[in-house]
Amino acid sequence: MKRIHACGSNEHQIARRQFLGGVAGGAVGGLGMLAASPAAKQLEKTQQRVVCIYMSGGLSQLESWDPKPKTNTGGPFRAIPTSVPGIHLSELLSRTAKHMDKLALVRGINTRNGDHGKGNYHMQYGRQKMPGVSLPILGAVCAKALENPSNPMPGHIRIGGGGRGNDSAYLGPRYASIGANGKPPANSERPKDLSEAADELRNRFRRKANDRFALRRRTEETDAYTYSYERALQLMERRDVFDVSKEPAKMHELYGKESFGQRCLTARRLLENGATFVKLDHSNYDTHNENFNFHLEQVPEFDKGFAALVGDLADRGMLDSTMIVVMSEFGRTPNINKYYGRDHWGNAWSICLGGGKIARGAVVGKTNENGTKVIDREVSYPHLFHTYLAGVGLDSHEPFDVGGRPVPMADPAFGPIDELIT
Amino acid sequence: MAATKADPKKVHVAHQWKHGSPLIACCFSPDGKYVFTSGQDYALQRWEIPSGKKVEWKAHDSWVRDIVFLHDGRTMITAGCDDKLIFWDAMAEKPKAIRTVVAHKGWIRNLSVAADGKTFASAGNDRLVKLWDATNGKLIRTFSGHKLDVYSTFLHPNGKTVYSGDQGGDIREWTIADGKLQRKFQGGEVLLTNNTQGVRYGGVRGLAVSPDNKYLAACGLHKATNPLGAVNEPIALLFDMKTNKKVRSQPGSGIKGIGWQLSWLNDGSLAVASGGSGGGYLLFWRPDSDKEFHRFKLPDTARDMDLHPDGLQLATVHYDRHVRIHKLTPKPPAPKKKAKKK
Repeated sequence: MKRIHACGSNEHQIARRQFLGGVAGGAVGGLGMLAASPAAKQLEKTQQRVVCIYMSGGLSQLESWDPKPKTNTGGPFRAIPTSVPGIHLSELLSRTAKHMDKLALVRGINTRNGDHGKGNYHMQYGRQKMPGVSLPILGAVCAKALENPSNPMPGHIRIGGGGRGNDSAYLGPRYASIGANGKPPANSERPKDLSEAADELRNRFRRKANDRFALRRRTEETDAYTYSYERALQLMERRDVFDVSKEPAKMHELYGKESFGQRCLTARRLLENGATFVKLDHSNYDTHNENFNFHLEQVPEFDKGFAALVGDLADRGMLDSTMIVVMSEFGRTPNINKYYGRDHWGNAWSICLGGGKIARGAVVGKTNENGTKVIDREVSYPHLFHTYLAGVGLDSHEPFDVGGRPVPMADPAFGPIDELIT
Repeated sequence: MAATKADPKKVHVAHQWKHGSPLIACCFSPDGKYVFTSGQDYALQRWEIPSGKKVEWKAHDSWVRDIVFLHDGRTMITAGCDDKLIFWDAMAEKPKAIRTVVAHKGWIRNLSVAADGKTFASAGNDRLVKLWDATNGKLIRTFSGHKLDVYSTFLHPNGKTVYSGDQGGDIREWTIADGKLQRKFQGGEVLLTNNTQGVRYGGVRGLAVSPDNKYLAACGLHKATNPLGAVNEPIALLFDMKTNKKVRSQPGSGIKGIGWQLSWLNDGSLAVASGGSGGGYLLFWRPDSDKEFHRFKLPDTARDMDLHPDGLQLATVHYDRHVRIHKLTPKPPAPKKKAKKK
């Protein structure tokens, strides 16, 4: 569904193209094959993964991670204690509060921005957008840096919609996002009138022709083309991994029947089966009007799915190898406007992290009594981008090797929030 | 009670007093000598009319969404977003809490007192309507069945039925004696918007049966082309009490806002206080027309309204921190200025 923001921007519109076509085309062309992964020497044997939840429109920090009850900006919701003594969340996050010991908060964010498009870019690309400069999105960076060549799963999956994103820049389309919707990819089933034996013969012939061609005219492009076919074939064999209906009933019960819960369950299923980076959205938090009614509707829905995901990752022993990021393009104004709304606000807001190498139960940064400014450990989007990479064990100062040229993974002028990394 | 009829075309601001915080809800005392308000600062205020002398105090752990009075003239009940009802001795020099009742799970959005003053109803985000004994705060009956948060309630003067309206425009009549759903009113769904912003928005913000028992009126919003950006228009709906059917849609055409509260006036007209991105208005309709016969521009967006016991005054509360008393009678002539001495 096309989401339209209150202020008219269309930052989250998703193109609809065929999933498998995207997979097959993804590896062809570009510089993907030229960029060598710096991760192999850095990472432990455990595959590191990321789940990123994007609170589209700008989640209110006051109705989530940094409540200020009984102040002139506090609004009607109360703060509740969490599983970590001294840390309080909004009462709208009652389930998440029980998992605070697995999570961490960054409460001192000042991105100095109140524009959806810029905020979206800042938070997901880690840098200021520059004319003529194309950078890879966080998911592509993680997919590339954490790549395991023997893993047939796409490295960068976006839940919701279909198609292939144009978001991997110089890393090449192999690391661009692929849409998934909780169902097996379209056209991934062997046609009914094609027998397994005939299909095998067909593929054997393709491989033979490719090998013969490669003997005389092998290039990186032909390698990429071959790779894309093999990967698509592997995916066809694992199509059930994308099918959330294969999860047992108790899992559906745990995550909830609502679409967000189902997307969280899909994310866990994909991560468990080898996906490196999975992103999902929750919408719509652009609450210039009736902020409290809309947060009352939406945050508990997020809370149910998110708490289930965090608990489930922990129960399955996946938490140490899966970093959790909950971000928005910005927060919302402490001031409550005349429509009971809150407007765009990038000067003092929060995100939630967890899992991976993120310090459990940590809070970094602080805002003043009524949340109008950061008073301790101010950070901005470049620090956060470094922290996401450090949170999966990467040295965020290491460059990618792009055609022999070192290209920094993150803005080299900044670094991670060290106290958040274990 | 009122000896004279209200004349909505003569509406004017008679008094206005400013608080230190935007205001949320309002209610006149039964003797008409005070108006009580709640604010975003978690405080309650008592304003003396006409002096404007203010007494304020804090109580709830959250905002107060509604205020009502019992017929003893002293006991006031406030509905909090903290699950609680608090009973107050509101006429004490410093009002004191008499009783606190954890009444709903989640916000309590609306209260309605029975005509005999012995019971009152509450509506909440737990999707329940509850009937309470006003003398001791004991629960008498729970009315369950709404599928969304209940935004408003109204106790019929006959003492036999209670009405409720929810976020989705579902308007119901319940029998007090057995708690059963008696009937639903058809056509309230216009008050709900589900659109491409992926949000659910609307609701029955006010509910009242006309004094002649012919109509049930509901107010809220429609034409929400941009719910998150406050682009919507106020509307009142009239339902025929005999047939359950909607007989009038009375829009505040060309105004951006929400119909926050309504009152039937003693001249047979319906008054609605609206507020939103188009500013604040008092809108007046008669049951025989969809078009309002008068609209009065308020200095700021309105958030709640209450009718004075004399039937000739309306109180409104506003984001600009003011409570305003509007008289529905001709404005007295301005005192003549004394001629300057030469």
